Amino acid sequence: MLEVRDLTVLYDQAPAVVQASLNLPTGQVLAVLGPSGCGKSTLLRAVAGLEPPASGTLSWDGRDLSGVPTHKRGFALMFQDGQLFNHLTVARNIAYPLRIRRRPRSAQRVAELLALVGLDGFADRLPATLSGGERQRVALARSLAADPRLLLLDEPLSALDAGLRERLAADLRVIVRAAGTTALFVTHDHEEAFAVADRIAVMRAGRIVQHGDLDAVWRAPVDAETALFLGYSRVLEGQAAARVWAAGGSSRRSAHDTPGSPSRTSGTIPPGEVAVRRSALRLEPTGPLTGRVISARVTPLQVRVVVSIDGVGEIDAVAPLDQHPGVGETVRLAADHTRMAVIAAALGPGSL
Amino acid sequence: MTRVNSRMAGLGFTAVAVLLTSCSLVGEDDAPSSAASEVVLVTHDSFVISDELIAQFKQESGFDLKIKASGDAGALTNKLVLTKDNPTGDVAFGIDNTFGSRALDGGVLAAYDASLPTGADQYLLAGDDDQRLTPIDNGNVCVNIDESWFAEKDMAPPADLEDLTDPAYADLFVTPGATTSSPGLAFLLATIAEYGDGWDDYWTRLIDNGTLVTEGWTDAYQVNFTQGGGKGKRPIVTSYDSSPAFTVDGEGASSTSALESTCFLQVEYAGVLTGAANPDGAQALIDFMLGPDFQAALPESMYVFPVDATAPLPQDWARHATRPAEPLALDPAEIAANRDQWLREWTDVVSR
Amino acid sequence: MRQPPPGRRLLGLAGLALGPVLVLVVFFVVPVVGMLGLGLRPEGRFDIGAVLDVLSRPRTGRVVWFTAWSAAVATTASVVLGLPAAYALSRLDFPGRRLIRALLLVPFVLPTVVVGVAFGELLGESGPLARISGGQGLVGTPVAIIAGLTFFNVAVVIRTVGASWESLDRRTGEAAAALGASPARVFWTVTLPALRPSIVSAASVVFLFCATSFGVVLTLGGVRYSSVETEIYLLTTNLLDLPAAAALSILQLLAVLALLGLAARLRVGAQASPGREVVRPQPISRSDLVPVAATGLLLVLIAAPVGALVAGSLRVADGGWGLANYRGLDEAESGQALLVPVTEALGTSLRTAVDATWMSLLLGGLVAVVVTQRSRGRTEQRVRGVLDGLFMLPLGVSAVTLGFGFLITLDEPPLNLRDSPLLVPIAQALVALPLVVRTLAPVLGSIDDRQRQAAASLGAGPLRVLATVDLPIVWKPFVAAAGFAFAVSLGEFGATSFLARDEHPTLPVVIFALIGRPGAANYGMALAASVVLAATTAAVMLAVERLRVPSVGGF
Repeated sequence: MLEVRDLTVLYDQAPAVVQASLNLPTGQVLAVLGPSGCGKSTLLRAVAGLEPPASGTLSWDGRDLSGVPTHKRGFALMFQDGQLFNHLTVARNIAYPLRIRRRPRSAQRVAELLALVGLDGFADRLPATLSGGERQRVALARSLAADPRLLLLDEPLSALDAGLRERLAADLRVIVRAAGTTALFVTHDHEEAFAVADRIAVMRAGRIVQHGDLDAVWRAPVDAETALFLGYSRVLEGQAAARVWAAGGSSRRSAHDTPGSPSRTSGTIPPGEVAVRRSALRLEPTGPLTGRVISARVTPLQVRVVVSIDGVGEIDAVAPLDQHPGVGETVRLAADHTRMAVIAAALGPGSL
Repeated sequence: MTRVNSRMAGLGFTAVAVLLTSCSLVGEDDAPSSAASEVVLVTHDSFVISDELIAQFKQESGFDLKIKASGDAGALTNKLVLTKDNPTGDVAFGIDNTFGSRALDGGVLAAYDASLPTGADQYLLAGDDDQRLTPIDNGNVCVNIDESWFAEKDMAPPADLEDLTDPAYADLFVTPGATTSSPGLAFLLATIAEYGDGWDDYWTRLIDNGTLVTEGWTDAYQVNFTQGGGKGKRPIVTSYDSSPAFTVDGEGASSTSALESTCFLQVEYAGVLTGAANPDGAQALIDFMLGPDFQAALPESMYVFPVDATAPLPQDWARHATRPAEPLALDPAEIAANRDQWLREWTDVVSR
Repeated sequence: MRQPPPGRRLLGLAGLALGPVLVLVVFFVVPVVGMLGLGLRPEGRFDIGAVLDVLSRPRTGRVVWFTAWSAAVATTASVVLGLPAAYALSRLDFPGRRLIRALLLVPFVLPTVVVGVAFGELLGESGPLARISGGQGLVGTPVAIIAGLTFFNVAVVIRTVGASWESLDRRTGEAAAALGASPARVFWTVTLPALRPSIVSAASVVFLFCATSFGVVLTLGGVRYSSVETEIYLLTTNLLDLPAAAALSILQLLAVLALLGLAARLRVGAQASPGREVVRPQPISRSDLVPVAATGLLLVLIAAPVGALVAGSLRVADGGWGLANYRGLDEAESGQALLVPVTEALGTSLRTAVDATWMSLLLGGLVAVVVTQRSRGRTEQRVRGVLDGLFMLPLGVSAVTLGFGFLITLDEPPLNLRDSPLLVPIAQALVALPLVVRTLAPVLGSIDDRQRQAAASLGAGPLRVLATVDLPIVWKPFVAAAGFAFAVSLGEFGATSFLARDEHPTLPVVIFALIGRPGAANYGMALAASVVLAATTAAVMLAVERLRVPSVGGF
């Protein structure tokens, strides 16, 4: 269990991480999600022991980590660009932590790890001859070879192209799960976070603005900016929010409500801000809302439409592939409240 | 890449052009005077002449004096021999009586029967029948004694070469090496003049008695001699007969003296180079060097005695720099014939 | 892009290399060959017997053996002492870092004769060491020679390796640490392999400097020890035994070639990955204790002789202390051996140094670019390899041979250059050239060629590629190389002393003239002038270190 309490890290005198607190139970994968420059890599480096904290504590299983140098923490760090040792072969790169620990039968373990990351037969290649995806796989295998208590991943997939990233993200989860490793990884890509993590922490300007189970964070983003970062396409407020929320089913409790928290039915508490996914509004002949089509574009899965709804303004919507509304056409729309989220901050303090 | 390379090649050409036609900061010399009005003196790097004397020479003879000074007397002589077919100047100064034969044998000098000042004819090099070498200055290399050191120790200073091998004076003598220093060579020749074929036995005893052999005069006198700048530990040193004039204390007494019986005469010569572009200028310069003003300036400019017996000496010189009546001497032809062999044997004795 | 035929590429390579090669041929190959020819063909035909005779003398064997082992030990000492300092001065942040870096170059410029005096005062029989131990002092022993060689050359290691270390990506080491490697292990398994090219570079240059060192061996070894270099000097200037000198010169050349081949082999393999940015120095932490302590020790070792020098310069005639020696430097009075006022000599020195610096940077820069461009094909690679070695040769050849060679070969049109005032800076530039190449090449070689291709694809011409890709990365080592070249020129005396000195003596020449004369005043003034030279060097180095080119860095 990694615990981070009120951690502040200065980078060149400027605070890069401010009062950050986190929990990561053993065996889980935590994604720290944030835009570039938000301090998430600095946070990771601080956990690894590469940046000294200005204040706050880091502990593992209740034991304080301050004063424990990087190499004694047992946290393997995988860099964005892998940082393979260019003068060593793939096998010797992976064997590097094994040799440090003087593990017997390291050749066998290297072969296992190469198989795990899908690189059989690459043992004698030099890093310079590998593709980007292969390098990252080797880096991952090398990190796993260290048998770390905690695996730290710094944007492990961001240097790769989209298709490869998606596949490798899935592989990463499988591999990390199979190894049973606790992992903390930072990324700016919410898709990647959802693909790999159990828990998520959203970071902005050095602060952790939200932290919890993937689902809980997803259901109740703490503010509009977070919602947009998590992949919601628009954030509505005031009347517009109320109209769309009402159209989504007025009397039902929203899915994220848990016992003990104040009841938030649209009928009793009008929401302040509502985050809406693109797919929350659907063209449907019997829908409660009416709008005019501004644009429409076909994608492989659905038709993406922008409509203008009275009292709401321009908003994204989708249509099934067999419909293709023309621009200027008036359409009816239905709303799905499970694809919307009430911004938690709008409910006032203590609501989470 | 071809484009890159060809452009780079252009850059390379430009670079060389700049280099060879350089408007160097160093090169900001006056316009070169024509060969007819310029006389080029080739000499060693101890040569010093005041600006006033250069101006006087120009005024009296009409020639501009250009000085090329480098290396010591030996290097100078060898340089003249090597450039005999295309000399680097018109006139040479600084060939001494130990290297004179080599210059004569090499045929680098033309005869010039300069009219010598009073007393100068005693310094003519034996065997130089057509007077190719004109004596300009002289000095003796003598063993110097720190009298104050011996007075303080209440000990009689050594009186001759033989005393230097006396165990009473063990570890007290320092001398520059014969292969690396001109006074060192002169001292070796003094011992050869004194002991004849027994000189190597003498040197063996000298070394056994703790004599320190250094590279040059500087290390011997300035660093290791008790009256040198560095206040060394040894009160007996090989230096010059003029040296006591530089250890004069506040009351006008010198703390050091030269041992007359150990002195070896060194004479420095000038000569017109064969193939000189300006032989008239060369002769004019030799005449000027024999003139009263240049002769009188010698003690203070180059620390040597004038060959002109009538030239006035500085006060300290007149009082403290006693001249040996009969310095040790060797026939130049004998030096020329044996020097290399002597130096090799000497090296074997001291570097055992 | 269409592949040009290999012939065209070789042509381009030749064009780029032409300039430096031409300079090397005129100012190095021709003079040395001329001098060797004079020795080997005394009567117009080869006399191999004389050469074999020299080589079979037992003395030659002793001399070669002494040269080899003393240079090897001094090189090892320089590397061992220099590495921690290179780390501390390039990766750690502490007050006075720049100043110390500048001061460490001071030994490099001190004239040998002055260092000999300083070491003599320290290690000699009247020095503190002998007084403490009650012994005879170390002067005249190999220990003194090796200490002197290390004193002179440790700066080469610090600057060459430091420049690489400075731009070494810190994250590779961090990755190793995160995998459980202790700092020592990170050093041995990650840092050292990455630094290997620059360490090999520095070591080979230092070895050549040590093996061809002249003044140190004579001054600190007394006359008991002879190296190949001192032997050639003796044979050429004193005995005029040119066949023997030529034989030893050839031996020297062959040894240098063998060494360069070995170094080239050792350099291959490891590739440092330089960051585009210079890594931000870190505050000193507990794990830096060893390098910091080692640096401190090195500083003391270097400061001791310099301190002896400063103390000597402040000692005045009556045994007290004062600035009289410095005041005397101002005017050339009669009765003193001061050739010209020191300010004037200093001006001459600085002007010469500026010329030598730009010459060596220009030539060295071109050579470094040529030898590090990626080769296509065997022939091209071999050509580059030969060029690389060729420009190291001036370090391995005796200054006497070169100086006398100038006189006998550069005396007729079109090469009537022996009286050119440029000869001195050119000779100095040749001495500095290998340092410049060895400082620049490892860094240039480690730049990913794709970065240049990327820039070219964005429309950058060759010059712009050089300015925007190579220069920002090479800037630091470039400054280091400039500092070297400048320092070499400022302190250079050996080669210069064989060339004609005109009416404008440099400061080392003035110092040499002062210290070679009796009289306490001359001695004190010589030390004071040396301190002026050292202080000037340190000040120039400090200024150079502060130079930045904001326009290229932040585009």
